[in-house]
Amino acid sequence: MAYIIKGETGDWELVIGLEVHCQVVSNAKLFSGASTKFGAEPNHNVAFLDAGMPGMLPVINEKCIEQAVRTGLGLKAQINEYSEFSRKNYFYADLPLGYQISQFDKPIVGEGVMVLDLDGGETKEVGIERLHMEIDAGKSQHDQHPTKSYIDLNRAGVCLMEIVSKPEMSSPEEAGAYVRKLRSIVRYLGTCDGNMDEGSMRCDVNVSVRKVGETELRTRTETKNVNSVRFVMQAIEAEAARQVELYEDGGEVVQETRLFDPTKGETRSMRSKEHAHDYRYFPDPDLLPLILPEGYVENIRKTLPELPDEKKNRFINELGLSAYDASVLVAEKEKADFYEEVAKGRDGKLAANWVITNLFGALNKLGKGIDESPVSAENLGKLVELISNDTISGRIAKDVFEIMIETGDAPEKIVEEKGLKQITDTGAIEAAIDEIIAANQDKVEEIRAGKDKMLGWFVGQVMKATQGKANPGVVNKLLRDKIMG
Amino acid sequence: MSALDKDTVKKIAFLSRLEVPEEKLEPIAQDLSKILDWVEQLSEVDTDGVEAMSSVAEMTLHWRKDEVTSGDQPDLVLKNAPDQDDHCYLVPKVVE
Amino acid sequence: MTKLTNLTLASARDGLKAGEFSAVELTQAHIDAMAANKDLNAFITETPELALEQAAASDAKIKSGDAGAMEGLPIGMKDLFCTKDVRTTAASKILDNFIPPYESTVSGNLKKAGAVMLGKTNLDEFAMGSANITSAFGNVKNPWSADAGKDLVPGGSSGGSAAAVAGELCLAATGTDTGGSIRQPASFTGIVGLKPTYGRCSRWGVVAFASSLDQAGPMTKTVRDAAIMLQSMAGYDVHDSTSAPMDLPNFEAALTGDIKGLKIGIPKEYRVDGMPQEIIDLWKKGEDMLKDAGAEIVEVSLPHTKYALATYYIVAPAEASSNLARYDGVRYGHRAEGELKNLDDLYCKTRGQGFGDEVQRRIMIGTYVLSAGYYDAYYAKAQKIRTLISQDFKNAYESCDVILTPTCPSAAFGIGENEDDPVKMYLNDVFTVPTSLAGLPGISVPTGLSEGGLPLGLQLIGRAFDEETLLRTAGVLETAAGFTAKPKMLGA
Repeated sequence: MAYIIKGETGDWELVIGLEVHCQVVSNAKLFSGASTKFGAEPNHNVAFLDAGMPGMLPVINEKCIEQAVRTGLGLKAQINEYSEFSRKNYFYADLPLGYQISQFDKPIVGEGVMVLDLDGGETKEVGIERLHMEIDAGKSQHDQHPTKSYIDLNRAGVCLMEIVSKPEMSSPEEAGAYVRKLRSIVRYLGTCDGNMDEGSMRCDVNVSVRKVGETELRTRTETKNVNSVRFVMQAIEAEAARQVELYEDGGEVVQETRLFDPTKGETRSMRSKEHAHDYRYFPDPDLLPLILPEGYVENIRKTLPELPDEKKNRFINELGLSAYDASVLVAEKEKADFYEEVAKGRDGKLAANWVITNLFGALNKLGKGIDESPVSAENLGKLVELISNDTISGRIAKDVFEIMIETGDAPEKIVEEKGLKQITDTGAIEAAIDEIIAANQDKVEEIRAGKDKMLGWFVGQVMKATQGKANPGVVNKLLRDKIMG
Repeated sequence: MSALDKDTVKKIAFLSRLEVPEEKLEPIAQDLSKILDWVEQLSEVDTDGVEAMSSVAEMTLHWRKDEVTSGDQPDLVLKNAPDQDDHCYLVPKVVE
Repeated sequence: MTKLTNLTLASARDGLKAGEFSAVELTQAHIDAMAANKDLNAFITETPELALEQAAASDAKIKSGDAGAMEGLPIGMKDLFCTKDVRTTAASKILDNFIPPYESTVSGNLKKAGAVMLGKTNLDEFAMGSANITSAFGNVKNPWSADAGKDLVPGGSSGGSAAAVAGELCLAATGTDTGGSIRQPASFTGIVGLKPTYGRCSRWGVVAFASSLDQAGPMTKTVRDAAIMLQSMAGYDVHDSTSAPMDLPNFEAALTGDIKGLKIGIPKEYRVDGMPQEIIDLWKKGEDMLKDAGAEIVEVSLPHTKYALATYYIVAPAEASSNLARYDGVRYGHRAEGELKNLDDLYCKTRGQGFGDEVQRRIMIGTYVLSAGYYDAYYAKAQKIRTLISQDFKNAYESCDVILTPTCPSAAFGIGENEDDPVKMYLNDVFTVPTSLAGLPGISVPTGLSEGGLPLGLQLIGRAFDEETLLRTAGVLETAAGFTAKPKMLGA
């Protein structure tokens, strides 16, 4: 399990912390009344404040406060009833105010914890250091002109939650699981759409390496703006390997900001951000301290949905699922909801198998999401039910499912039309068995001589003769009785 | 004596993004040192256990509703721009 | 008939109502005065056509009976208030071509009340100064210069507003006060200057200097005028998170002339070393006048007074260094010309060329005191002392209602004086700064003349959001002092 880099001078382990910026779901920006809608024409979603016009002042959006608190609660974190906004001062073309309004030493959310779902149903707890609110910067585009950059401030001022983990992860897989889990939680909560393609979730990855057995942390680097789970994992691999090589060649790692280049699969230094890193944080005098009124947090807590971890436990304890199946199903709320409808009043385990193996498999092939599934949860549920009450066999069910995927039809209709009902009438099955036994006496002898495997061949033949409709259990029993006596 | 040297002034000037001509560094260093020397007197005040003032206004922060009340005014937003094209502000190319 | 430019807001209001003259005539008289006194350099941008248009509209409103509280009254607007479609410079080269697409709340409120804007008044660049010598548009000359036989500063930063009111180029003007920028120039020019409680007037649309201190207020010829104008300027604004969600009292109605039984606090720590005898005498005179009017004089203690100035000169530059970061030549304002190698080059050249020396000095001080390793020693320390200063006032108001102090340690000084040493210049604000740090309302009332025949003011400081008691006391002081002197240039 442990991720170790074998170097010439010994074994190295990784220490990873993540800072994830999640764009808050809200209609308007954190401090201005401009829209947050993605994809608007340049500088259309811009209030005068967002353009840093003289004398413009920030007024906080209540929705963003609520979303931050919701997220904090979802991360089982300490909610701070008193928090402050500070200014982080630096100059950049897409930072119109000359500072970012952020939270510094008094964030709205303190320590929490997140459970990672790892391969094979294993879990690991990772500490959350804090969550704070801040405004996003605008966007610079560099490819429209040979000597100039184009600045669009549509995103400037949009509310972000920066969620900082403790440096408690030790492999790219864990980091990947962290990002996936965080995305899952914020989507459950409806506080961030988790859309990494549109930049709604961006990761800064802090990596350091150390010799196995060392207790002190070595110098870390921060790789900025990694925008997919895969890239997060690749960036960590590349950066860790670079650091190990550096140490083993007698060098030192410098604390710096780096950028991941996915095409080359390597990180490189962002030297431009290096000089004079001094953000001169101080409390924003345009804003008063943010104080949550009494009962505010509790009221939000009451509206929290069931979150993935609780759902997973319920699936395991009440529906009898394996930890692995449960974690696959709860990863996305839509999938979990779909599954629950399929399983409602039915065999939960069987339903899980059908959803995970058959449906997800089919959707994968089709390249479709759960929301575009041609098979409705209701119909898949009915299919599960047809299996459970022995109307059809599992094998026939697979055929029915194929048709359902193609046509979207209800399973009972397909079974009816195609005459696929399972034969449990032993008389009909016996007749088929007798016929096959009579035609294959040599094989019967083989079985009697001890070649048990051959029994399976007979089952197959009977199923074939009954177009798969015979109940396999009945077939097995009758065959045994007839052949073995 | 909290004397600032020329190098420190240079650093502060860059942090402030101010181009200061070389010959002005020394007089500015002297001016700033004088001011810093003078504010040094604050160190004699005992502030143990005193909260830093977070706001002189003893009020609670007003929370606004999540409504879109501004936007769709790119011409006004860009009205004063020294260099613009296609509703974007232009700056010398930023190389990352 | 008296000259129209001699009027006060109150008397002009009455005259307009009685139909003695029109708003257009009143406005034209002031436009003429502005034209005749360009040497004061009180205005950066004059808007006579706009003013006459507004005045004509006011006349129509007066006729139809729906006149606002300041209908047809011509005023000057400090060029720190953003005015829609009218250039707003903050007296800086970096904004010399900026035309706001929006109107500040305060100037908008005045407009709504019917006030006629004559133009944008000169000030220290970004309101940073005590002499109006840092404006990129040149010094403002104090109307009392002729009395001194040399060019005097009008005080700062609202020097243009003060000179315009004292020189009778407008009936009143807006100011902003961060550490004394309304009260000190009012004292230097013999007018009334009121800095309201922090949060009383919206800061929305006012070019920011130091956000936790900036406060707009009226600069007028009389205390009554200050009450009238504050009424129209002030009020809760949802666009300013530091604006007070409080209803406005009727300020003019507070001027009852009765201060019997009121307790006037005299802070012993304001008797600073080296204070000129004439200031000490004037202060004592003010004390006596209020006592004669039935107030009780009590000594109070504001023990952290001596640290206020140094505290201010950390807090204000720190906030300014951040507030002024937006002036970078990207979205509006001045951009450095010529070859620009890269973004930093654009920033450094634009800001190096666009800001004057004093602004640059304060930005650098502010940057320094906030920078890594110094924050606790300077900024955090200063904000703690600010808490102590604020607490001092709270304690003092246990035993008094209003505090009386001098406004400034001296009368107006000559242009070119006090310029050799920034700290010496900062000392001008010694009596006004503590009030600003505590966010309290303060008013300067012209009370007497210096030995050199120049105006001197006394400052009254009130409890937070108790401008009523403050104005009432100021009214009594004004009446008792009977300050009627006018600068020689007015030919009185």
